[in-house]
Amino acid sequence: MTPQAARIDRAARRTVTAHGQTIVHENELLRHPVYTRVVHWSYAIFFVLALLSGFAIYSPWLFHGLTPLFGGGPMTRLLHPWFSLGFVVAFALQILNWLAPMTWTSDDRRWLKGLKTYVTNAEPLEPEYVGFFNAGQKVYFWAIVVSAALFLITGIPMWFPATFGRLIVAISYVLHDVAALLMLAGFIIHIYEGTAQQPGTFQAMTRGTVEKRWAWTHHPAWYRAVTGRDPRGDYERALQRGNNRAP
Amino acid sequence: MPTGTLQIRLSSGHVGSTPGAGVQREEEVCKYIDVTTCIGCKACEVACVEWNDMPFQQTTFDNTYQTMPSTAWNYWNLIKFNEHTRDDGTFTWLMRKDQCMHCEDPGCLRACPADGAIVQYTNGIVDFQQENCIGCQYCVSGCPFDIPKFNSSTKKVYKCTLCSDRVGQGLEPACIKSCPTGCLKFGTKADMRALADKRAQQLREHSGFPNAGVYDPPTVGGTHVIYVLHDITKPELYGGLPSSPQIPVTYTAWKRFAKPIGLLLTLFAAPVAFFHYVMEGPKEPQPPLPKPGPPSVPQ
Repeated sequence: MTPQAARIDRAARRTVTAHGQTIVHENELLRHPVYTRVVHWSYAIFFVLALLSGFAIYSPWLFHGLTPLFGGGPMTRLLHPWFSLGFVVAFALQILNWLAPMTWTSDDRRWLKGLKTYVTNAEPLEPEYVGFFNAGQKVYFWAIVVSAALFLITGIPMWFPATFGRLIVAISYVLHDVAALLMLAGFIIHIYEGTAQQPGTFQAMTRGTVEKRWAWTHHPAWYRAVTGRDPRGDYERALQRGNNRAP
Repeated sequence: MPTGTLQIRLSSGHVGSTPGAGVQREEEVCKYIDVTTCIGCKACEVACVEWNDMPFQQTTFDNTYQTMPSTAWNYWNLIKFNEHTRDDGTFTWLMRKDQCMHCEDPGCLRACPADGAIVQYTNGIVDFQQENCIGCQYCVSGCPFDIPKFNSSTKKVYKCTLCSDRVGQGLEPACIKSCPTGCLKFGTKADMRALADKRAQQLREHSGFPNAGVYDPPTVGGTHVIYVLHDITKPELYGGLPSSPQIPVTYTAWKRFAKPIGLLLTLFAAPVAFFHYVMEGPKEPQPPLPKPGPPSVPQ
């Protein structure tokens, strides 16, 4: 991160953190601080608006269903680039915020090799080495980074076609669609993983906290880092006592 | 834009059948332009501006007789003046009346995502319906002839209508009516094509233009505006008329097939997620909470 980017990150974090708090109950850990949550939901809102307004223009099959949400076709066309710009700005803050925990490591390659175990819920606990984010989350994050860049690069010629010319717009049109489909697929999986698939995850992004049980189950290395305790040992002790209390 | 008198056979961004398709028998119309007898008087330019009540705008002097570099949102008809030196060193003007070609397979209509913003009437005229236009300008990129022009204050795109309002009432387009040399003619596609072929033959056999021919490009299914050119092998000489106009594949195969199939495949993630939950269940934090048992003391 360049010093300038670090300054933006620090300033944004300071501004938001000054107006918020996170209440951590007994047996809970702080997962996402106020700043992360505010930034996440900011770009989440812009994302959904850009998604709906974009897919309104994507296909004749969706045009009549989605354009009324934004006040008709011309308004949809007018607003879409601004929603998208809002997303890009807010998401850029998250990139700065999460650059360190999202960095790819050799453990992530290992995790991907065991993807089948993860998808089939074959093991109750995640492998010991899984830190703040697992490799699946990192793949989603970097896929969004790539598709957001693709969106931005192709979106500007589509916004100002007279400046860029016919051929560039025609090529951008296809790449914009590819980015949209990539994001939509990731978004569906993201919502599923963050809600129904993993109970206790959604509150990490709303209230900002997770249960300790959640932490040693899904992110054992992170649990070890923040509590200084052995995740496997704590899990086994909780199992023996037959309840969910952390020791 | 007289949708009352002309039946629509093709509509942009439209799902399902087009209401007007096939309900009336109508001749396909065509504008015939013989560039070899055009004198560059620009009467057609004036007639176009007058009939369509377009505001006058400043012309651009660019060391040529051409009114401005290209057509504009409020200037749909432009004579392109090109100075050309023949092989024998003599000089000639190549003058071509530039306007919408009213393609049989219109790239603008293919590209347009808004329902009914671009329509093609049964008589072959391609017309913009500004009340349905969303101002995305995909049509600009879909047109091989650089015809649709965006008005940034109304956020709509405009172009030659082939005077669909006049044609709907049985009149010829304004440009045709104004032409003093008869190099512009208007009639059915079949008649105009036959006339153009005959004129090209005359040029080849009697006027010393062995390459004379008719410009009616098959790559866009033919056009409802056809040219007789002195040299059909070099249409680019006439102010950049493309010899093989193409609609970008973006607005044909990609838009028609790849987009809906891609979206369906992507949305498939939703049932996959749902059935994953049904079959594998959630990943509970471990150990799971004890299920509430029956009350120990009967109430």
